[in-house]
Amino acid sequence: MFRKISLKLILIVSITVIAIIGVYSYFNIKSQSDVLLAEVERHAYQLSETVKNSTRYEMLLNQQEHIDAIINTIGQDPSISGVRVLNKEGVIIYSARKNEIGKMLDKHAESCYACHTENKPLERLPSKDRTRIFRTNPDSSRILGIINPIYNERTCYESDCHVHSSNAKILGVLDVSISLKEVDEQIRYNEIRELFFTIISISVIAFIIGFFVRRWVDKPVKELVKATKQVSTGILNYQIKELGEDELGVLGKSFNNMTKKLDETSQQLYQSSKMASLGQLAAGVAHEINNPLTGVLTYSSFLLKRTKDKPEMQEDLNVIVRETMRCREIVKGLLDFARQSTPKKSLIDINEIITRAITVVNNQLKLNKIILVKEFDTTLPKITADANQIEQVFINLFINGTDAIGQDGGTITIKSTQISLSPKGITQIKNAVCAKNHSLMDANHKISGIPSVKIKVKSNSNEGIINIDPIYGNHRNYFGISLANISQLNLACPTCDLTLIDKNNKCPECGGPVYKIPIANQGYIEGCASFKDNWQHWEVVDRAGESKFVQIDVTDSGCGIAAENLSKIFEPFFSTKGQKGTGLGLSVIWGIIDNHNGTISVQSEIGKGTTFSIRLPNNELIRHI
Amino acid sequence: MKEHKNILIVDDEEVVINSVIKIASFEKYSIVGVNDASTAFKKIDETDFDLIISDIMMPNIDGFKFLAELEARRISTPLIMTTGYSTIENAVQSLYQGAIDFIPKPFTVDEMISVLHRGIRYCELKKTQKSGSAIIVPCPAKYFRLGYSSWMNKEPDGSVLIGATDLFVKTLGQVKNVEMYFPNGILIQASPGIKIVADDDLIHQLFSPLSGTIIERNENLMDDPALLEKDPYFDGWIYRIIPTEFDYEMKLLIPCSSDRI
Repeated sequence: MFRKISLKLILIVSITVIAIIGVYSYFNIKSQSDVLLAEVERHAYQLSETVKNSTRYEMLLNQQEHIDAIINTIGQDPSISGVRVLNKEGVIIYSARKNEIGKMLDKHAESCYACHTENKPLERLPSKDRTRIFRTNPDSSRILGIINPIYNERTCYESDCHVHSSNAKILGVLDVSISLKEVDEQIRYNEIRELFFTIISISVIAFIIGFFVRRWVDKPVKELVKATKQVSTGILNYQIKELGEDELGVLGKSFNNMTKKLDETSQQLYQSSKMASLGQLAAGVAHEINNPLTGVLTYSSFLLKRTKDKPEMQEDLNVIVRETMRCREIVKGLLDFARQSTPKKSLIDINEIITRAITVVNNQLKLNKIILVKEFDTTLPKITADANQIEQVFINLFINGTDAIGQDGGTITIKSTQISLSPKGITQIKNAVCAKNHSLMDANHKISGIPSVKIKVKSNSNEGIINIDPIYGNHRNYFGISLANISQLNLACPTCDLTLIDKNNKCPECGGPVYKIPIANQGYIEGCASFKDNWQHWEVVDRAGESKFVQIDVTDSGCGIAAENLSKIFEPFFSTKGQKGTGLGLSVIWGIIDNHNGTISVQSEIGKGTTFSIRLPNNELIRHI
Repeated sequence: MKEHKNILIVDDEEVVINSVIKIASFEKYSIVGVNDASTAFKKIDETDFDLIISDIMMPNIDGFKFLAELEARRISTPLIMTTGYSTIENAVQSLYQGAIDFIPKPFTVDEMISVLHRGIRYCELKKTQKSGSAIIVPCPAKYFRLGYSSWMNKEPDGSVLIGATDLFVKTLGQVKNVEMYFPNGILIQASPGIKIVADDDLIHQLFSPLSGTIIERNENLMDDPALLEKDPYFDGWIYRIIPTEFDYEMKLLIPCSSDRI
């Protein structure tokens, strides 16, 4: 029942409030009743004195009828429950209740024991002890009785009646009793009022506490519990919505930060385990295939040597040797891809490479009734690339296109063009360093799959990391620290703490500080250090002007790729071909193009076809270092 | 002209042994093939071999252990390593441990012939060197070398010069022509960096001692390939590169100062 923090809090606060108000009310009521009773007591004493004084004269004259009349009249007041006079022996001699007259009271009767508790009667009773509160029977209201002893005086024993001797010290007792009914009612009313007040205040306090506990504790805690449950079920990127600025809000934010990191790490782990299995696979394939390939290659090249006089055989054997060599490069490429190593580049004519790739798959295209449309730009410059790897890219793309088209035939269009693009958005920062030559490149944090530039942010007492987008002009930066509310900010090398801020420069857009990061052999890249705007400047690259690219579009009229698969097709082991494919083709392609500093993108429409666009840079000089 | 030379091939794959036997026989060498290293030792005890070719991945005793065991037994027959798992690590490791060459599978007939020629020439050169009739110029002491074939020397400006050793050039015979990469090309440690055509028309590949980007190539070599033979350590340099993995790769190079002890 009390598993909820909010309930526990409400309970403990309520108990505290009940205890405090309870104690307060108890003493409040007690003091109120004490005051009331004291007042009644004083009133009773005055009354008793008045009776005593008003009957004094009649007593001296021993006019008993007069005394009787006075007592009777006084006794008729509804608040006075009784007035009586007892003589020294305890006999009631006067009383408002006629039937009592003449009765003898025991010394232990409630009117008497105040003085007669000891065997020897007290002569002087302190006034506070003269009162007593009693009930005539358990159901009746309380009664306050006050004893007023009548002392012997000179006038008494010298009076003409000579009733009293001079020896007696006390002649009798005047006993006045007053009903406490009204007082008791007043006290009860106070008690009820106090109780009502207590209940109201407890409810109000409980309600207020409940409301705010629910708002400040219950809801955020619920959200946090929900979030941890989500994470435990495997949804690692679950993000909690804003929980405010208090401790739970901070907890929520750090939870979000944690899940974000967790998600990234698990992605990386996933990626690296994929890479590891790919590496194992490649190693196995390499070892298993390379031995039989050795046989094929030596025997065929041997045959080539021995049949120099038979040109028709030479031609066929040349194909065997060439294609076996390509097998060798493919296996090596697989190993290289698994190891992410760099390609072996030379100046190549891309149109020629595409033509070579077409010759390899030509038979397959014919079998599938596919018409090949070539739209080559014959003025294309040569580019620096690994011929074998690029050939492999196109062979893979043609085979993919053939599979997508299926048995009914279709067209594959290959278009090569030359394009110019602004260096912004395409030039990669590959070797950012600090002035002490520490590399700032962070392979552990990739932005769009490329190692980012890691810099340390220091401000006031805070420290954090920013990963700058490694593509010049792009701003998908990752902020490991919030830059809001930061006034004095310093960017530094994470290794040596050397500052990267250029004090002599101001951001032309916001007037704020500017960072200046050296790029090995390529000058400096500058940018707005407060990241308030997107100003960035890389003199060396900007001066080189627009970069020239060779773009090759391979379009098939096949079945198309579903939108949800488009983002996954370059992932290793992703395949929609079932048993037919390994899921490696496009990931190998992506790896090759990436190693050439190129890009590959895909556009597809279900039922209409797919276009793969490859861009390869042709001004290697600047982009390569 | 060729003397009778004995070659031993150790490989657990029959087809590879047969291929190498075919190539060696074509070149008029006598060759023996065995399936594992323990049999190889028996053969070595029986016959005096001029050259051994060994696979790396073999059951029981692998190529590296075989090489170490040969050294332990003080058998100085030069060994050429080969493997189907042709990673750079394997190549570098082989050369570091004392193999004179590394040839990845699958190889073409011409590639194997070049390697065999160099191996046999190496063997001959070592023999004549011992008898004192041939002079092989050692690397300058501050240089480092990959196996016996290529050298590197760090320049004061941080760039690195690389070239071929005198011993390597002498194993080729006369240099007829060289084919080099262009600046901005990428070299990978223990991967072919330059093609050298000898006067017997065999094409030889020299392994690069370091990975890096070529920033300059020795144009003089293109005009006068004989520079390689005349002054292999200074005027006959091949590339100037910016190394990419300098500190890591340096550990796998042999300091030339160790040759003079």
